[in-house]
Amino acid sequence: MSPLPDRLLEVDGVTVDYDGFKALDGFSLTLDAGEIRVVIGPNGAGKSTLCDTIIGRVRPSAGRVLFRGQDISKLPEHRIAGLGICRKFQAPGVLASLSVADNLGIAAAIDKRWWRSFGFGTPPAEAERIAVILERIGLAGRRDVLAGTLAHGEKQWLEIGMVVATEAELLLLDEPTAGMGPAETTRTAELIRSLAGDHSIIVIDHDMAFVEQLAARVTVMHQGQFLMQGSIAEVRADARVAEVYLGRAK
Amino acid sequence: MFRLKRQFVVAAGVAGVAAFAPFVLGGYDLNLLARFLALSLLALGIVLTWGHGGILSLGQGVFFGLGGYALAMHMKLTPLAPGEVPDFMMLGGLEALPAWWVPFGNPGFALLAVVLVPGIVAALFAWSVFGRRVGGTYFALITQALALAFATLLVSAQETTGGFNGLTDFQVVLGLDLNGAEAGRTLYWVTLLVLALGWAGVAALLASRFGTMLRAVRDGENRVRFLGHDAAAYKIIAFAVAAMLAGAAGALFTLHAGVISPAMVGVVPSIEMVIWVAIGGRTSLAGAIAGTLAVNFARDAISSAFPDLRPYALGLLFILVVTLLPGGLAELLAARFRKVAR
Repeated sequence: MSPLPDRLLEVDGVTVDYDGFKALDGFSLTLDAGEIRVVIGPNGAGKSTLCDTIIGRVRPSAGRVLFRGQDISKLPEHRIAGLGICRKFQAPGVLASLSVADNLGIAAAIDKRWWRSFGFGTPPAEAERIAVILERIGLAGRRDVLAGTLAHGEKQWLEIGMVVATEAELLLLDEPTAGMGPAETTRTAELIRSLAGDHSIIVIDHDMAFVEQLAARVTVMHQGQFLMQGSIAEVRADARVAEVYLGRAK
Repeated sequence: MFRLKRQFVVAAGVAGVAAFAPFVLGGYDLNLLARFLALSLLALGIVLTWGHGGILSLGQGVFFGLGGYALAMHMKLTPLAPGEVPDFMMLGGLEALPAWWVPFGNPGFALLAVVLVPGIVAALFAWSVFGRRVGGTYFALITQALALAFATLLVSAQETTGGFNGLTDFQVVLGLDLNGAEAGRTLYWVTLLVLALGWAGVAALLASRFGTMLRAVRDGENRVRFLGHDAAAYKIIAFAVAAMLAGAAGALFTLHAGVISPAMVGVVPSIEMVIWVAIGGRTSLAGAIAGTLAVNFARDAISSAFPDLRPYALGLLFILVVTLLPGGLAELLAARFRKVAR
């Protein structure tokens, strides 16, 4: 099969070896432009390592990661980010002593070369983008608040906003609903669905209610390997998935 | 947060008042004040790196020393006839000037070297360390080792550096007779002017997008990197700028003290520099200057009354501030202002 023109990401037989422990073991995954993909799996399945590998924090010992056909598995992190891949971490990682608007501003900066930082204020094009995102993530009224003082859910939305502000083509969201209540989770799912089309998104989560609300294709990982892929209904009906989840202490 | 206009007004106002000091203070007190203002210039750099960049350097004495020695070498060369070498070199048995001393005979070169040598050394050092993702405590330890190595090197290379005694006995700087009646005042005003400019410059840097980026790197370096910025660049620049300020501080201090020696650049003075800023308030430029002046005047008073107590007093003060008042004196003042405003 020839590579499709709209294939955005191709993780090709990647192995990550932590001193003999294979966090990823010949894992492959492909993602089309504009697609939302949910990656699930029990603890230790290698979901976070997958994200780490895509953004260049962890280097594969075998296999390749192709982004728009280009091998990115040896590029430095900020170069990978520059190509249009951005990740939201599991632990809240907003910049605590900066305002909400400044957090978004750092993500939205169009020219990120360091010598462009010797100036004052936000360039108009970026200010406009920041205003749009503030509206979208529901924090328009909180723009000058220090990010460290936001409520937990607001921090998560700000982080999603930061990832969106980079205008990256590929967004990696690692447990975006961690620590959220049902209402906040629903809002987050709506937010993520509204981003599809403009961005391709990989969501890592194990909250099944949330995954269902996303209505996306699901890839199941187990012990660093690909287990199966399909709709949420298919995944639920699959005997191997049940075994993997039930086989673990739950 | 960081209002630039207010910073400029405060800096200009304080400098304007301080400009009258020579008409009020006696020669000895004026000299002390001038020395401590020179040290305050270095403290501004620590606010930039430590306060806003989260980079704790325990080796600022190195850059202070590089600046001090650069100017001191020039001053040792100025009174010499062609072919002569400085007094301490003659005692060490050297008959010709070492090649690396020669360019310091040129005043323009020496003045540039005061800021550029520390700046370039710091940039290369920071580039090699931050480029390898070494930071935090490890960075502090490496800088401390650097300070130790630098002081040891100066002592061991006695024939060319003056060894333990350092360089002293200066006569003239850029045509100004250091023993003349006007020297103290002139040098005080020069120091005050350089400090005011340094204050305004660092304030502008902190208020710019660079300042925001630097604080962002302090809050979450990985975060900033994965958003597509080269985080190390901001740390390297901040560290280099702080080193240039330290170099200028070292040169000015050498003028007022009349000497620069390894005792002023090693581990202990480098740690003391951090303490001044911790006590003043590490994110506040005005606080750092106030802290530097307060600690050094107190230190001078304690030293003359109870010479043995100084290190204990300084250590105790440091512990009290770090545990009870992490924001330093500046925080105390800010809280007071907020209360008044309410």
